[in-house]
Amino acid sequence: MKEILSGNEAIARGAYEAGVKVACAYPGTPSTEILENTIRYQEIDSSWATNEKVALEVGIGASFVGARSLVTMKHVGVNVAADPLFTLSYTGVNGGLLLICADDPELHSSQNEQDSRNYAKFAKIPMLEPADSQECLEFTKLAYEISERHDTPVMLRTTTRISHSKSVVTLGERVAAIAEPKLARNAAKFVMLPGNARGRHYVVEDRITTLSKEGCSMSINRMELRDKKIGVITAGISYQHVREALPEASVLKLGMVFPLPFDLIREFASKVDKLYVVEELDAFIEDQVKAIGIPVTGKEIISLCGELTPGRVRKAFGLPENAQGTVEKLPGRPPNMCPGCPHRGVFYTLKQLNAYVSGDIGCYTLGFMPPLSAMDTCVCMGASIGMATGAAKVLPPEERKKVVAVIGDSTFLHTGINGLMDMVYNKGAATVIILDNRITAMTGRQENPGSGHTLMNEPTNAIDFPMLCQAIGVKNIRTINPLDLDECQRVIAEEMERPETSVIITDKPCVLIKKEGVFTPGKPLAVAEDSCIGCRACLKIGCPAIEWVPSSGKKGQAKIDPLLCNGCDVCRQLCKFSAIQEAK
Amino acid sequence: MSDKITNILLVGVGGQGILLAAEILSETFMLAGFDVKKSEIHGMSQRGGSVVSHVRYGKEVFSPMVPEGEGDILFGFELMESYRYLSLLKPGGTVIVNDLCIAPPAVLLGQEPYPEGLALKIQELCPDCLLVDGQNIAIEAGNARAANTVLLGAVSKRLDVEEKYWLEAIEKMVPKKALAVNLKAFQLGRSLG
Ligand SMILES: Cc1ncc(C[n+]2csc(CCOP(=O)(O)OP(=O)(O)O)c2C)c(N)n1
Ligand code: SF4
Ligand code: SF4
Repeated sequence: MKEILSGNEAIARGAYEAGVKVACAYPGTPSTEILENTIRYQEIDSSWATNEKVALEVGIGASFVGARSLVTMKHVGVNVAADPLFTLSYTGVNGGLLLICADDPELHSSQNEQDSRNYAKFAKIPMLEPADSQECLEFTKLAYEISERHDTPVMLRTTTRISHSKSVVTLGERVAAIAEPKLARNAAKFVMLPGNARGRHYVVEDRITTLSKEGCSMSINRMELRDKKIGVITAGISYQHVREALPEASVLKLGMVFPLPFDLIREFASKVDKLYVVEELDAFIEDQVKAIGIPVTGKEIISLCGELTPGRVRKAFGLPENAQGTVEKLPGRPPNMCPGCPHRGVFYTLKQLNAYVSGDIGCYTLGFMPPLSAMDTCVCMGASIGMATGAAKVLPPEERKKVVAVIGDSTFLHTGINGLMDMVYNKGAATVIILDNRITAMTGRQENPGSGHTLMNEPTNAIDFPMLCQAIGVKNIRTINPLDLDECQRVIAEEMERPETSVIITDKPCVLIKKEGVFTPGKPLAVAEDSCIGCRACLKIGCPAIEWVPSSGKKGQAKIDPLLCNGCDVCRQLCKFSAIQEAK
Repeated sequence: MSDKITNILLVGVGGQGILLAAEILSETFMLAGFDVKKSEIHGMSQRGGSVVSHVRYGKEVFSPMVPEGEGDILFGFELMESYRYLSLLKPGGTVIVNDLCIAPPAVLLGQEPYPEGLALKIQELCPDCLLVDGQNIAIEAGNARAANTVLLGAVSKRLDVEEKYWLEAIEKMVPKKALAVNLKAFQLGRSLG
């Protein structure tokens, strides 16, 4: 049967066909939809973990007792999961283990554009890289064979244009004969104390040498000989752009990007006049080809930054570009928080209080955008609290009061909680605001340990944030309604004055939660034309439902789009002239 | 089948239903027996950002992204976004655009005006331009929300794919209760194209 699938859907399907029993992940663009699709197959136990390290550990545990397991994350997630990953390379597996790592060249929705292929080389783990959805499915299945045959975890790297592109895929069947999991004890392999690990290191090195040789005859590493003047080594999405831009060129298409099939590369190099490597981000293949003494052109013509497109490849090879002249400069269209988003009032307040906002990652990072403009730092998930502790340690008392860490519920449970334990333990004097909107919103609304539901949509225990903070030892814990600006102002100001750790928790849900009984919109509001004097106060929260109409009234007036307004009431509290009221 | 690849760009504002329209296009081309690829960035699509989706079909498609300056059809859901991405179109390409303006943040805040006369400017640069009053035609079909399907109908008229595949794809992708209105909207759009 044929279907049009995204790379992510095809990986989920491949996992199903490969007989995977356990799939675990922490959401992250562009990897998130893999687990949102494995839930379609009841044979797979799919779950959201609290973070990527835990996700990988769940996968390792299942593998060690014999189940095929799938773990997925975005590129920066591998940084979080790196600790178990490096030692997993030594232990090897029992049931096959596949780690999907989704890179984001061009930073479409990420804080950096690290090239995760380096992890494969660093941790000495084979890595496959598919070039379309069909390969996503096939490589996923192949990965489990490699994993079990070579007793190794396998990584599969996608990029945004693979994960989120759709193409036609032929589906297969789920494998029938897979051994059932059972307790397996093998200390020499699974207990990585120095005495055991020392021996395993030799196994790891041999494995990579063997795989490099085997790679020369794998069908996923294939030579396509056409015109011999130009030979291009490439992999993943870059292969598609090369075929588009240089249809006549000979190509060595690599399906396994680590370890490289060096003998095959030598053979290809000997068959073409001039050799190139076309790859996004780092000179990963290029450097290794150069290291075996083969002259090759790569980063001289292809940027180390950003993603490739057919046009960029064409330009690199000196071919004319077709692009027409661009049109004049237009107003930009950056993303914005939704109308009625519970984060908006908190950032408005922080701006009023001139707080130094140690930010974090989630929808609330949009608090950085004007007109809210209330975020001063943002580094990685969970960093806000530790960084607030650090800043508060060294600032003079008057400035120390200004330090406020702002973090979402999912991010707090991901890695923020460690920062809070540290702050309390080391007597840090900063204010922490946990924006509990009951969901992991930024990545498309996933359940998390605070939301009360699992990925499979079963009701489960929901973490009680105030009790959790109390258990850690926080003495000042306040819960506020983030849609009440007076309350926000009063409570946040009071806690900022306090010379010790305090935590403020907001308690209004994301407006996009569809589950019944969580979010109920209020009645839409409207601006009364005879009362609005055009002071622009309501524009300061940047709600997309409010539009400034310059031609209205004497000096312009605000207008609320009743179809967009969620009736959160925040703008009404800003209007000193009572011009904003319930729409009639 | 010829080797020609047809390149379609769908552009507009996050939340306008561009991703679903791109799904219907892709499904139609697959049903008609073509190789199809589609590419887009989801991350910010829900929060009102600018959205571009690429759909390509033909005998064998390589890159999922339309090469710059090779778009055959620009399928615009909003005027300013359509104007912004005109450079992706090939010279002499077709524009089918919804007659709709959605204010971006700077315009909402009264810091910049929404650019004027965009429909005319687009027509000057691309003579083969069809301006569609999607909203009102959709109301005529029975529901303002079916504006995308009106546009889809207009686009369908410019492509060499039999009508039955379009109808099959719409039936597969549109929820049952909205189907009748959408089929009507599609036909109204087709009569414009
Ligand atoms: C290590 C890492 N994993 C995943 C992500 C992707 N990511 C960015 S924000 C976010 C979730 C934020 O959820 P929450 O903290 O609840 O804030 P909300 O978006 O709901 O406001 C995720 C998963 C990331 N940037 N880094
Ligand atoms: S998705 Fe939810 S949390 Fe994100 S901006 Fe919208 S309302 Fe706010
Ligand atoms: S009440 Fe005001 S701030 Fe809230 S969604 Fe409506 S217009 Fe926006």
